[in-house]
Amino acid sequence: MSIAFKPAETFRGDYSYRNSDAAILRFPFPFPEDRYMYSVNIEPHTRSGPSDVYLHAFDVDEHYIAECRDKAITLERDPSRCQALPHMMMAQWDTLELLMESLSADYPELFSLTKEGDDFGSRWTWVNRPLGIEQSFVFGDAETLPCEPFEYITRQAQGDFAICDQRDDNLYMDAGMVTSQADWSLAFDVGMSFMEWHGPVPLAHQAGVFERALKYLLMLRLGQPVRRLNWTMSINPRLDTSPESYPEWGPDRASVTPANAGHKVHLRVELQTLWRLPRSNAILFPIRCYLASLDDLARVPKWGKRLHRVLATLPPQLVEYKGLTRYLPAALEWLARHDDGAELPAGTEAGVSALAPR
Amino acid sequence: MIGQTLRLKVAAVSDIAPGLRHLRLVAADGGKLPPAAAGAHIQLVLAGPGRSFRNAYSLVSRPGARDAWDIIVRRVPASRGGSAYIHEQLQAGDTLEAGWPGNLFAPVRTARRHLMIAGGIGITPFLSYLADFAMSGGEHALHVCCREAEKDVFAPWLAGRSGVAFHWDADGHRLDIPALLAAQPAGTHLYVCGPAAMNDEVIAAAAAAGWPARHVHCEHFGAAPAGGAAFRAFLARSGVEVQVGEDESLLDAIERAGVAAPCLCRGGACGVCVAPLLEGEAEHRDHFLSPAERDAGRLIMPCVSRAKGGRLVLDL
Repeated sequence: MSIAFKPAETFRGDYSYRNSDAAILRFPFPFPEDRYMYSVNIEPHTRSGPSDVYLHAFDVDEHYIAECRDKAITLERDPSRCQALPHMMMAQWDTLELLMESLSADYPELFSLTKEGDDFGSRWTWVNRPLGIEQSFVFGDAETLPCEPFEYITRQAQGDFAICDQRDDNLYMDAGMVTSQADWSLAFDVGMSFMEWHGPVPLAHQAGVFERALKYLLMLRLGQPVRRLNWTMSINPRLDTSPESYPEWGPDRASVTPANAGHKVHLRVELQTLWRLPRSNAILFPIRCYLASLDDLARVPKWGKRLHRVLATLPPQLVEYKGLTRYLPAALEWLARHDDGAELPAGTEAGVSALAPR
Repeated sequence: MIGQTLRLKVAAVSDIAPGLRHLRLVAADGGKLPPAAAGAHIQLVLAGPGRSFRNAYSLVSRPGARDAWDIIVRRVPASRGGSAYIHEQLQAGDTLEAGWPGNLFAPVRTARRHLMIAGGIGITPFLSYLADFAMSGGEHALHVCCREAEKDVFAPWLAGRSGVAFHWDADGHRLDIPALLAAQPAGTHLYVCGPAAMNDEVIAAAAAAGWPARHVHCEHFGAAPAGGAAFRAFLARSGVEVQVGEDESLLDAIERAGVAAPCLCRGGACGVCVAPLLEGEAEHRDHFLSPAERDAGRLIMPCVSRAKGGRLVLDL
């Protein structure tokens, strides 16, 4: 397997990010039915699923190099996007070990990890070929890395990462690397309990979704990670849609018209996985963001039609919570042109193996 | 790092005291074991007369060890099979099936100080705690209550460890639990692992001294793992009767009978496997059904819940 990286693409400024046909076909489309349903849609994160993005512990795709660069730009401007409370050092090393082991095993042509031993105090050598990094360090000794271990490894991974400490029968967001978030702030949430950081979510509290999800996660087993998809929408392919940078992207919501919605409006899908960490007993919560424009999605006829139907029936509280209010009518008008009303099979699969030319 | 079960090989067996056997376990394929944390345990599948047992044992090896795991097994006088098998039959070179490590007794990382109280073999989870604190620098003390003759049994695991005191039933050597608890600074977390009577005594003493419950942690070693009494379930729509064994879930038994049952989390949270209950009383163990739904007695989550009586009838 070889991945054709697109190192020059951007997620800000001229927004030159584009998906190849292959990237569109492997997009983790989140809607199995025409109507939107809230549920605890958690399932085992096995190496299988309706899209290629599920085949590896941590998915690496054609946007890897460009995303890592965009993350570095965001961190340069705002170092508070990466934080770890002092009691999380063991969990930091857990995260580094999990990512290095998984990436080197899943993508041996891109990453390699050589160990003189497995225990703290052993010398490890990490090679990241796409980013041109070779680093020798002592596992367990943060002084031997250019920065703390959690920041070091998550700078070299796509998506955001939170680490939840488990205590008092609760989870606390006590560390995070958050540069591609759907309008939430790590600086605000760090140290919060599970119910506190989910406080703003509408409807689900009343349905008891969070009580059930928390009880389930407290019992998460080592070696048995789980996953779910979450979604929202973004104007332009922008990773850093944070409250801190709102003035840079918020006004774009007013720029959408039925004529430009196809390339402006993006479905933003988060592949969220949850991993019990071995040494700290904390839970690692990677949030991997995938972006596809309405133009991209409509090239898969089933997805274009289904997205139109789901968005048309979205409860108003969710429209507001997800920040779609301003441009949803324009997006729906654009999508309606791609929906002939034909009955669609259940499931999220694309249903096609190749796309019609653009 | 994805997996559920492991094949382990017994690398070494040694008797460290009458009724206490130390096992060193390695991956049967010669590979690496998953790392595990302080307080972690593994479940071993052990052959017994006519059936197999699943017993949980604390890992006493250093946290994060991937070359070998160590456990210490006490021969239970009224052994239902598991510990007797380890003491009488298991030999170096034998292989065993095990689950990946679990951890229901991890140290609290925000604690200002860790106070551990062990009774007898209840010391085992704290052997890995001590290794963790030696590495991470956590302030700690371990008080072990045991028979005088047993106090040196764990010496190999205590070499170089600080803050360990032994107590036994003789004047001048008994542990004064209320006095110990009264002397701890605010922010201390208390961990206790021992026989039920001792656990209860320590927990009651902590409550009486005004300790917040979330600073008091107890591991009930020897507690029954998931599972329970065997029962029968009749699947009315399929016309199939299944026997649910002690160590399997109702969902496992339904699947074994070839009856399609949708499921997702297999942990009692998602609600996907919820099934209509036509007859019988359920022992609900899920997190999904509301108290009202439980009281109504018409639904069951077969992934975790069982029968209170000997038989259930499900609309499956």
